[in-house]
Amino acid sequence: MTPEENNETTETLGQNLIGNGVSRRTFLKFCSTVASAMALPPTAATAMAETLSKATRQSVIWLSFQECTGCTESITRSHKPTLESLIFDFVSLDYHHTLQAASGDAAEHAREEAQKAHKGKYILIVDGAIPVKDDGVYSTIAGITNLQMLKDVAADAAAIVSVGSCAAFGGLPKADPNPTGAVAVSDIIKDKPIINIPGCPPIPVVMTGVLAHVLTFGIPELDSHGRPVAFFGESIHDRCYRRPFYDRGLFAKAFDDEGARKGWCLFEVGCKGPTTHNACATVKWNNGTSFPIQSGHGCIGCSEPDFWDAGSFYKALSTGSMNPGEWATDALLAGAAVGVASGILNKASKSKAEKNHKPVTLEDMGGKNE
Amino acid sequence: MNEVELLNWARGPGLAYATVIMVFGLTIRVIEILSLGRPKELAKVRSSGTGDGLKLVVKRSLPEPRNWRFITASYIFHIGLLVVIFFFIPHTQFFRDVFGVFWGGWPNYIIDFFTVLSIAAMMYTLVQRRIDPSRRILTTVSDYVAWLVTFIPFVTGYMAFHRLGPDYTLMLALHILSVELLMIALPLTKLTHAVTFAISRYYTGSSMGRRGIKA
Repeated sequence: MTPEENNETTETLGQNLIGNGVSRRTFLKFCSTVASAMALPPTAATAMAETLSKATRQSVIWLSFQECTGCTESITRSHKPTLESLIFDFVSLDYHHTLQAASGDAAEHAREEAQKAHKGKYILIVDGAIPVKDDGVYSTIAGITNLQMLKDVAADAAAIVSVGSCAAFGGLPKADPNPTGAVAVSDIIKDKPIINIPGCPPIPVVMTGVLAHVLTFGIPELDSHGRPVAFFGESIHDRCYRRPFYDRGLFAKAFDDEGARKGWCLFEVGCKGPTTHNACATVKWNNGTSFPIQSGHGCIGCSEPDFWDAGSFYKALSTGSMNPGEWATDALLAGAAVGVASGILNKASKSKAEKNHKPVTLEDMGGKNE
Repeated sequence: MNEVELLNWARGPGLAYATVIMVFGLTIRVIEILSLGRPKELAKVRSSGTGDGLKLVVKRSLPEPRNWRFITASYIFHIGLLVVIFFFIPHTQFFRDVFGVFWGGWPNYIIDFFTVLSIAAMMYTLVQRRIDPSRRILTTVSDYVAWLVTFIPFVTGYMAFHRLGPDYTLMLALHILSVELLMIALPLTKLTHAVTFAISRYYTGSSMGRRGIKA
């Protein structure tokens, strides 16, 4: 690590903010936004501002495995020059394929240096799933398998943040038939705190908000899927502005019908909002401009595990995902065949019984009476 | 298995297996019943019996002036069951997906009303079964199973809709699984009457009619 880099990591965020021309008022506004987005008490904003301004730059190693770079694309959409993007500058991003200037050996060297210099203190951010089939040979970086690199870097990390549904749950690479044996970070690393920020991609402010929380108050409260409750505690459906239409039974039947134009509920065209936990309906995207449902498309459930394998995006949640109608047709034919065969057997045994039937005579009855 | 995997299983393989068991079982049952035929008439045949048969299908669906409380509860529950199954909008989407037909759905508050009413009516019929000595003697274990597998989907559906219980996804999965249990029980218990009630009533009515007896 160069001396300049060392200075960067020892400089506090407060000093860095002043250097970047950000006023304390703007900074407090940012902290208030993050605190309120995470449903923290009002006093938390000041505490967050105090802690953040005194904090030194947190070393972050960002590993990208089986992914599409959509998560990075998303986090860079934090608009300039908002504080969201600036706070990202204030973590010392020591390794990130897409954003780092270095390449080749120099890039790998930077990662190794950061691992050594901040041993036990750095935050590891992962996007992308990890292939484990055939010893993880299906995805390598600098000749090292993703599996090995994750194990090596995670060993000395303070905490791990799995960004995006691939790192959090396996995502697209894990979708059936999962040819590379892709798994989530939490399937491999068991001895480190892991925060999952799923989404395909996750909302930028959710990523930066969670990072701010980790820097100030530590690991936030997580749900059973390791997701911060502040952002993933409620379903899209429960916070959706189209919810009243659902309750009244007013639905768009197609993407271009009257219901769609009137902004009615998209349940019938496949919206998975009821089973999806994320902050899209409240925080929204592109600086709070809109979110998929607002632009007329149902939620595809991208922040839930295995959402790729949950059936069509365009069929209602209440439909079967394996075409039950076809199964019913086959079962009907098979049942009819067995039913007819059984009927024939019943008839045969009936006529046989009739044939073997011997009428009871008075003598027989007399015999019995004796 | 977490709640999401459970829901995916319930909507996928679980539903497929339940559908196969239900359709396969019911088809065998109906064909077997139909292939039994009718016994040879030893007396002179008075009429074809068709009219009498059809008449009894309708007549046995009308209330008889006996124990009006029990009959009312049974009506409420049966009507509620049909309304909830066929007119709750998410359910209509299921039928549209399978049969390609959409007959419109009713607003949620109407469905909610029928659900609560049906749950109360079902509980009343269960209590009556336990209190009334003659009903208690007539009730078998299979009847209690039939009651239970019909009752659970109502409760899980109500809980899922109102976001009661630990988690909506889990409740939805449990609701679908409980319906699958009901589907499996259909051909195996007296619940088969859902499809055979008309056959048996027609059979009784037409047999009586052919013999010139008022059914």
